[in-house]
Amino acid sequence: MVKMVDKSADSVITDIKKRYSAGVLKYRQMGYWDAGYLPKETDTLCLFRITPQDGVDPIEAAAAVAGESSTATWTVVWTDRLTACDSYRAKAYKVEPVPNNPGQYFAWVAYDIILFEEGSIANMTASLIGNVFSFKPLKAARLEDIRIPVAYVKTFKGPPTGLIVERERLDKFGRPLLGATTKPKLGLSGRNYGRVVYEGLKGGLDFMKDDENINSQPFMHWRDRFLNVMDAVNKASAATGEVKGSYLNVTAATVEDMYERAEFARELGSVVIMVDLVVGWSTIQSMSNWCRRNDMILHMHRAGHGTYTRQKNHGVSFRVIAKWLRLAGVDHLHTGTAVGKLEGDPMTVQGYYNVCRDSYTKQDLPRGLFFDQDWADLRKVMPVASGGIHAGQMHQLLDLFGDDVVLQFGGGTIGHPAGIQAGAVANRVALEVMVKARNEGRDIRNEGPDILRQAARTCSPLQQALDTWGEISFNYASTDTSDYAVTAAAI
Amino acid sequence: MMTNPVGRITQGQFSYLPDLSDAEIALQIQYGLDKGYAWSVEYTDDPHPRNTYWEMFGLPMFDLKDAAGVMLELQSCRKTFPRHYIRLMAFDSTRGVESIAMSFIVNRPDVEPGFGLTRQEAHGRTIRYTVHSYATDRPETERGIR
Repeated sequence: MVKMVDKSADSVITDIKKRYSAGVLKYRQMGYWDAGYLPKETDTLCLFRITPQDGVDPIEAAAAVAGESSTATWTVVWTDRLTACDSYRAKAYKVEPVPNNPGQYFAWVAYDIILFEEGSIANMTASLIGNVFSFKPLKAARLEDIRIPVAYVKTFKGPPTGLIVERERLDKFGRPLLGATTKPKLGLSGRNYGRVVYEGLKGGLDFMKDDENINSQPFMHWRDRFLNVMDAVNKASAATGEVKGSYLNVTAATVEDMYERAEFARELGSVVIMVDLVVGWSTIQSMSNWCRRNDMILHMHRAGHGTYTRQKNHGVSFRVIAKWLRLAGVDHLHTGTAVGKLEGDPMTVQGYYNVCRDSYTKQDLPRGLFFDQDWADLRKVMPVASGGIHAGQMHQLLDLFGDDVVLQFGGGTIGHPAGIQAGAVANRVALEVMVKARNEGRDIRNEGPDILRQAARTCSPLQQALDTWGEISFNYASTDTSDYAVTAAAI
Repeated sequence: MMTNPVGRITQGQFSYLPDLSDAEIALQIQYGLDKGYAWSVEYTDDPHPRNTYWEMFGLPMFDLKDAAGVMLELQSCRKTFPRHYIRLMAFDSTRGVESIAMSFIVNRPDVEPGFGLTRQEAHGRTIRYTVHSYATDRPETERGIR
């Protein structure tokens, strides 16, 4: 890959009088482009994918991104001279064409640590994905990846529980956790809803889950749901001797309503509550603090993310959202299945999992990870794989994601021909037999289907599941794959 | 007898599978040893879901690198407590983990008494739940605990 060379005469203006005389300058003339800039350990680094309008020079476009996401306005202002303005200017320092995507460029931008309020995702995002995304000289822009410096990471509290402590609380080790979303999404009364939860948990699942749009509609008010679900959870716990849970969705119109719902969940003894991504960053951080105070696991459903993460020319990559959510402090995060019904290239999805679970994330271009990220001992997020997966894919899921993941088989449990308990048994047996085989040294990626068939001989619920869904797969091309340059250097 | 689909307590990694043979247990131990974990043998007659601290049958075997050695400890524990629950636990001391990495039951009582659910009716429709271990109805001294 050829590095873009700055050939034009539009370099930074060093003559102070010229620099601050009233009028309009190019962003690069104002100091938002610095090809020689060496990023500091304490800088936040962003990689943007930009599509400049026809005729707009990519370096000027990159400088504009740096400018519009930090201090710049469209014209020169003398009041800059009252400040240590060079500190506040973000600096674009590298631009490269995106391989195989004509008209698109990767632009690297560095931000000084003084730019962002400590411990505030809302503040960081207001800069990084604020005005700049509506900026006219760009047809499109996408924040592909971010490196948050350790100094800034340490101002965030991170997950209230984290996957290690979650396992200790639940007394479940050495295998993925199993869950299912209660279905149908809408219309069940509280009493009927609790029935589904009880059957799933007693059958062998660890968790049941409210759907993202289950809040407090006319067919089921939230208190009814919580009361019935917790009866089911406790009854299933006594029937199996295991800690069980059901993600009680506390998403509501106001934060005050959400606190009220969370407090009722705590009073009833739930181990976990849930919020939807659509509640926004400040609410997420508030609920995270509440969970810390109340020994609660916080499940995050990424409702709505596809509106800005899916198209790779515009928006924010989910790997960036995952990094922000780990800092903001959630314990569970839906991160895709790769093999299920929802969008996700396997390597790209594995990149999201790494962001959730690593102590130190290494640059890994095929997985879309452009930067090293030191997590500074921040607790780890448990990724959740949910959406169109079934027992027949157990070997692929375990091979792709390892042990630290919640595998959620909603339809694959509740739609089982012999009932919900049988569906849960099928999934649990498939999971345990696959973990056992992997630990025994077997090649599950290739032997997986045989291992499942063998186990199904003595487990009719698993046989029925394989007969029903064994051949189902969702093979569509992914829209969001990593366009990496093989030679791109770290930072 | 418990009423769940497998008729027994379902804690641990492999409760939904047929009981592991000693050869199969040894393979799991070896997997843990290869990862650098330390194995521990623990027992109890009260597997309440919130009973975290089962009795330790000796300390975790930090310096033991041979699955056969762990199996000897397990046999010894089974001989001493044939009608107790016994589990094997693997400890991972890696920074950022420092917790249990594997856990599975390797011995059970012939009859698993299970648990009752006690409901205390509180204000409104609220109910307070207590999971009660039938095994603890008799005093410890009469239950063969040492």
